[in-house]
Amino acid sequence: MHFSTSEEVVPIVVIGHVDHGKSTLIGRLLFDTGSVPEGKAEELARAAAAEGMPFEHAFLLDSLLEEQAQNVTIDTTEIRFRTKKRRYAIIDAPGHKEFLKNMLSGAARAHAAVLVVDAQEGVREQTRRHAMLLPILGIQHIIVAVNKMDLVDFSEGRYREIVGALATLFQELGLPEPTSLPLSARSGENIVQPSLQMLWHIGGPLLEALDSVPSPPRLDALPLRFAVQDIYRRGTERLVAGRVETGTLRVGDELLFWPGRKRARLRAFAEWPTETTPTEASAGRSTALILEEEIFVERGMIGSSLERTPIEAREFPAKIFWLGPDPLRVGEHYELRLVTQSVSARVLEVDRVIDAETLSVQDSCKPGVEPNEIAEVLVRTQRPLAFDNASEIAQTGRFILAREGRILGGGIVLGARYPRASLPPIQSSPLFWTEGEIDRYERARAQGHSGAIIWFTGLSGAGKSTLAFQLEAQLFRRGIWAYVLDGDNLRHGLSSDLNFSSEDRRENIRRAAEAARILADAGSVAIVALISPFRGDRRKAREIAEAAGIPFREVFVHAPLEVCRARDPKALYARAERGEISEFTGVDSPYEIPEAAELEIPTHELSPTECLEQLMKITLEAITLPNRPSLREDPAANI
Amino acid sequence: MSNLSKLESQSVFLLREAYRTFQRIGMPWSMGKDSNVLLWLAQKAFCGRIPFPVLHIDTTYEFPEMMEFRAWAETHYGLQLIVKINEEAIARGVGYETHDPITVTHELKTVALQQVLAEYRWDALITGIRRDEDPTRAKERYFSPRSSEGEWNYKDQPPEFWNQFALPPKGAGGHVRVQPLLDWTEYDIWLYIRRERIPIPPLYFARNGKRFRSIGCQPITHPVPSTASTVDEIISELYATRTPERAGRAQDHHERNAMQKLRAKGFL
Ligand SMILES: Nc1nc2c(ncn2[C@@H]2O[C@H](COP(=O)(O)OP(=O)(O)OP(=O)(O)O)[C@@H](O)[C@H]2O)c(=O)[nH]1
Ligand SMILES: [Mg+2]
Repeated sequence: MHFSTSEEVVPIVVIGHVDHGKSTLIGRLLFDTGSVPEGKAEELARAAAAEGMPFEHAFLLDSLLEEQAQNVTIDTTEIRFRTKKRRYAIIDAPGHKEFLKNMLSGAARAHAAVLVVDAQEGVREQTRRHAMLLPILGIQHIIVAVNKMDLVDFSEGRYREIVGALATLFQELGLPEPTSLPLSARSGENIVQPSLQMLWHIGGPLLEALDSVPSPPRLDALPLRFAVQDIYRRGTERLVAGRVETGTLRVGDELLFWPGRKRARLRAFAEWPTETTPTEASAGRSTALILEEEIFVERGMIGSSLERTPIEAREFPAKIFWLGPDPLRVGEHYELRLVTQSVSARVLEVDRVIDAETLSVQDSCKPGVEPNEIAEVLVRTQRPLAFDNASEIAQTGRFILAREGRILGGGIVLGARYPRASLPPIQSSPLFWTEGEIDRYERARAQGHSGAIIWFTGLSGAGKSTLAFQLEAQLFRRGIWAYVLDGDNLRHGLSSDLNFSSEDRRENIRRAAEAARILADAGSVAIVALISPFRGDRRKAREIAEAAGIPFREVFVHAPLEVCRARDPKALYARAERGEISEFTGVDSPYEIPEAAELEIPTHELSPTECLEQLMKITLEAITLPNRPSLREDPAANI
Repeated sequence: MSNLSKLESQSVFLLREAYRTFQRIGMPWSMGKDSNVLLWLAQKAFCGRIPFPVLHIDTTYEFPEMMEFRAWAETHYGLQLIVKINEEAIARGVGYETHDPITVTHELKTVALQQVLAEYRWDALITGIRRDEDPTRAKERYFSPRSSEGEWNYKDQPPEFWNQFALPPKGAGGHVRVQPLLDWTEYDIWLYIRRERIPIPPLYFARNGKRFRSIGCQPITHPVPSTASTVDEIISELYATRTPERAGRAQDHHERNAMQKLRAKGFL
């Protein structure tokens, strides 16, 4: 056979239910391509004969005596082989449910998967579970190998039946359509050569299917993510050691380090030997950075460029798998590791648990996740975490959960929100975030509700302050902590140094949002009544809240300009028209109508009671504790 | 990035994770090709200075060429070198002349290693093993916990994925093997030696139609027929061969699954 000189190594994992023939398939592939070391097969055959066991091709992979004695794969094995086209790392995964942790340890480094299904047994529990794990592992390319065709007389009908069942499964799981082929691993049918037993099969043997898997995508074109591993000293220099996970980094680039958004310029790379030190480092490269500015950087931080930054937040939705041995418990602390970051974290809610046996989805408020289950959850970390959605950048979108050094599960971030406008970098250094012992969730549990920000926007005279104070009173009388931050009142203290220019308005809004965030973090409903005329500013307020995991509801208090003018409770329109005040919204400064407000209240059309009812509804929904379905169904009844 | 650069970067990443995670680290170094690649990578990881000691377990059956190389490399690289001989076993007369290779290997290598671990209280060992060397190594993890007796619990290894590594609970005793070369093949090692011009001992190059592919104790290491007398020639030879790398290492073939038994007890 002529082999390739291409250096590329494509990692491919072989998965599927126990005993469906994964190891045999790999053994056969190695054997039939002449990739088995000289004398190896003979040695194994002799050893097997001496023990009175039949020789199995699987023994090429199942090297442990315990594995051979029971004919079961215990731990994952990786083996190299070459085709005419390129090199492969073939990873043999165990199919036994008990060894899921080993299956994952192998499968997590694969680029593509061969899913082996026994033609007689068909789709079984681990077939489903392994398939369900593929999207979490980021494996996009799947080859379905219907094995042991010799046991079903090479029946095309049976093959089609299984492929049909898998097509449905893949569709339900949102997996791409796989390449499928029938084969018999034991007798070597359709592994390297097309099978004469299955002339009905159009399409090549397994080897060809492997060669047609596209090469892994390059990661240099993704946004830059540099994971800091450690800080070394070399003389007076501080070297920021780490790896470019994605993207490309060049000398002179401006960087932001997350969490914390600290800014610095890359002066040079530091490598040994110095003669080969580069001026550019792209995805995958381990290197060290020398920064222009003396900023505080430590292990765990992620460097990005000024644009296309990661998310920094303390709460995010995720899809996880749990290995156990004990169940994951809602509210319990685990160590969360994401690239080189490590923080204390817990699951606040379990939203959906997917059962691999039946594929049924339980929409639940379950108290936990059992070993071997896959679930959608809400995660909260004790300190801010920098990350990405796994769909954007897999490397910084996946994490593990551990306790006392033991890895218990893993997951990917799914559908977290990116900040739409970039926030200014933080200059002060060093910058710390200190966390008290009691956090928002304990407070919330103690007081029976959590905090939230209800943000009223609208023209002067639209009715914001009136409604805000009415809402505050209503909530307070029901035992819910609430406090109004009114625009006029803020201008007397917190923002007394600001005027009405658009810059100062932006700053005023930022301060109001930060103050509201603190109130909400302390457990109150912070009701903000501010004209806040610009969309961009309101969006920033929302981002401040969401980054802290605080519910934010925008309420557009709406009345036509003429109505507001006629109401003119503080006689401001009159003064603005006389030119006594300038940049007055609605007179000589614009108001940008909200596009995505959670609630719109036309005060000129609704009665005060109607307005209040609607406001109560969205507020109660925002502050309901997780995992209390009774509250969710009829919020008012419980409070 | 080329495959070699990927391998290099992953190894550097692992070395840095190890240095960050563990307080007391030692790195066994046999002066062989893999050991020298490991040494090279450690210098890359720590920008020119290896911040932990390097250990040579001297079985007293070493090739003189290897000892010469050791002396040269110690000064050339400025290594903190620890040399360990299991004097107690030697005194008892353990040797290839009188004992089987499994016993000698165990006593003079594995037990010697245990003695060093006890003496220096290392919590991590950086090893140069590769998956393609033998089938039990193909099942190894990057971070592999070992019991206080140095044993490998291969039947229940911790999960390891996404470059996140399991750590033994505090106070568990034992040590962790960190194995930065796991992903490399023999072929990759030689490509890298060529690319980086890494110094290696002369025994690897053919003389009189023979060369060593893997080097251990003199009495149980046999050269293989070869005419490859340069790195380039070795690379071409390896590209074509189907002879396993450790064919010339007697202890591997002493009995069925000899390596599994040796390695379960703590052999590298
Ligand atoms: N008849 C027949 N038997 C097969 C075929 N392929 C595998 N087998 C047998 O099925 C049994 C299980 O094969 P393995 O390769 O060990 O199965 P596996 O999927 O690796 O099992 P685990 O790794 O333990 O999950 C062995 O006895 C094989 O000989 C086939 O194509 N036809
Ligand atoms: Mg198997």
